[in-house]
Amino acid sequence: MTAFTNHFSFEFRTGVRNKTLLLMNYLFPLGFYLMMGFVMTEINPTFQEIIIPSMIVFAILAATLLGLPDPLVNARESGIFRSYRINGVPSASILFIPALTTMLHLILVSIIIVFTAPLLFDAPTPSNWLNFVLVFLAMSFASAGLGVLIGVISPNSRTTVLYSQIIFIPSMLLGGLMLPYSMLPDVAGKISQLLPATQAMNAFNGMAMGQETSFSSGGSLLLLVFSGILAFGLANYLFSWDSQNTARRGHPALALLVLLPYALGLFLLA
Amino acid sequence: MSEPVVSVTEFRKVYGDFVAVDGIDFAVQQGEIFGLLGPNGAGKTTTLECLEGLRQPDGGSLRVAGVDPTKEPQKLRNVIGVQLQSSGLPETITADEAMKFFCAYHGVKPRYDLLERLGLAEKRKAQFYELSTGQQRRLALALAVAHEPQVLFFDEPTAGLDVASRVELHELMREQQAKGTTIILATHDMAEAEEMSDRVAILLSGKIATVGSPMEITATGANLTKVSVRSEGSSLLRNGHTIPAVSQSTVKNQYAIYFSTDIGRTVGAVINTIETEGDSLIDLRVERPSLEDRFLEITKTGDVS
Repeated sequence: MTAFTNHFSFEFRTGVRNKTLLLMNYLFPLGFYLMMGFVMTEINPTFQEIIIPSMIVFAILAATLLGLPDPLVNARESGIFRSYRINGVPSASILFIPALTTMLHLILVSIIIVFTAPLLFDAPTPSNWLNFVLVFLAMSFASAGLGVLIGVISPNSRTTVLYSQIIFIPSMLLGGLMLPYSMLPDVAGKISQLLPATQAMNAFNGMAMGQETSFSSGGSLLLLVFSGILAFGLANYLFSWDSQNTARRGHPALALLVLLPYALGLFLLA
Repeated sequence: MSEPVVSVTEFRKVYGDFVAVDGIDFAVQQGEIFGLLGPNGAGKTTTLECLEGLRQPDGGSLRVAGVDPTKEPQKLRNVIGVQLQSSGLPETITADEAMKFFCAYHGVKPRYDLLERLGLAEKRKAQFYELSTGQQRRLALALAVAHEPQVLFFDEPTAGLDVASRVELHELMREQQAKGTTIILATHDMAEAEEMSDRVAILLSGKIATVGSPMEITATGANLTKVSVRSEGSSLLRNGHTIPAVSQSTVKNQYAIYFSTDIGRTVGAVINTIETEGDSLIDLRVERPSLEDRFLEITKTGDVS
């Protein structure tokens, strides 16, 4: 327990000390939230209705997809994982502890958004707080799993950015953060269901914000949970201690299996 | 002789078609400093990494403090200490945090006293990237010895260090040795290997070319003694002098340099020649072949015994 506590405490402080992580965990999501709050609510007054879930999902995407993978890749490349291995740090700690500390940073950011949005932008608060927390945890878990998985399979920093953006940019455009799912063309809507952001927005809207949804919000919650479990499982399975040691248990392409729950959801959720 | 602390038997490691280590054997006794020398690609790092449990051998057997690194990785963690390379710690970790972090995973209390002992008292709150190279190495050493391992591994421990830090690190290695810790030292620095090691093994293309004490290894070479002479009138530099028992000669910085097979005859003839020419001696140096000379001889000839 002491080892876990020390590791957790160090990783949490890193999230603030490291300038890139500070940017991804706090400055970027909160800056974007304020900008969107002041600008978007003027352009599109209905945005006010979803500003809390939307900006929380954005914060999760930024911290997990843009913040989590690169430190993992850098640590592997620079030999930090090797020294961890020599000193008995288990691979599970290397993968789960940064994900947990990122979730803790996200809780702090979410609290700021939830408490300031009604005051600054007259945003409605969740009608069901328990469900709100559940969806937040499920989305954080699923997205942190994706971030860790990208960090595990990515061979270098440049590829990490590419992999992260492949999910981040479509999530921003199609995930229901800016435009409601119902306004998307049919094909784009179907594609967007492969994204955790879409499922999270659907679950937030249906389960926590008291809005009507186009497909099952409870189903979306389950998909996020399954996808998170799968992502962490795959990350643990595909983990490699160093870039020179090519011994890996499976091909990195196996990581695509993480999309399986969402693909099944296309057929199962109505 | 007691059971060796580190034993390597018929150890082999291949990467695809490339044979990195080809069936080597050596054993290291408790409290010994054992140097692993060799040119790049000779197999030093591969050998160390397999002993540290970072790679799996493809043949032979390895034992470290009674532990098989391939089968008992968890046990291995507590009997070995590895001085980490300069990039082996996160940039934002402080010296105190690093000590706490690694000691927690080894299940021992943090040894902050080691940080003070190693001159890092003022830097305990400094982040890793704020430390100088020498301070980073000292921190790495403190972390490696904090759980009191039986075997310590050093891979190029003094690379990039200034003279004072290097001497300090050598003293610390000696202290560990005095406590009975066995040290495996991989280095390119021949002077360091000669000064620090009780025995060395020279690896060449994945095989052990020779193993023994630095003195034994230098004694088994061509055994040429270097005689460097400088005189007021540079009489030796002029042609026409025959110096006996010299297999090779050269001139450098006004010094006549002879590689002698019989030092007495060569030096006698040199002094005699200078006197005969009416010249006067300024400097005369006699140097036994160093480990570096023997190393270069072995790597040049590819002499694998």
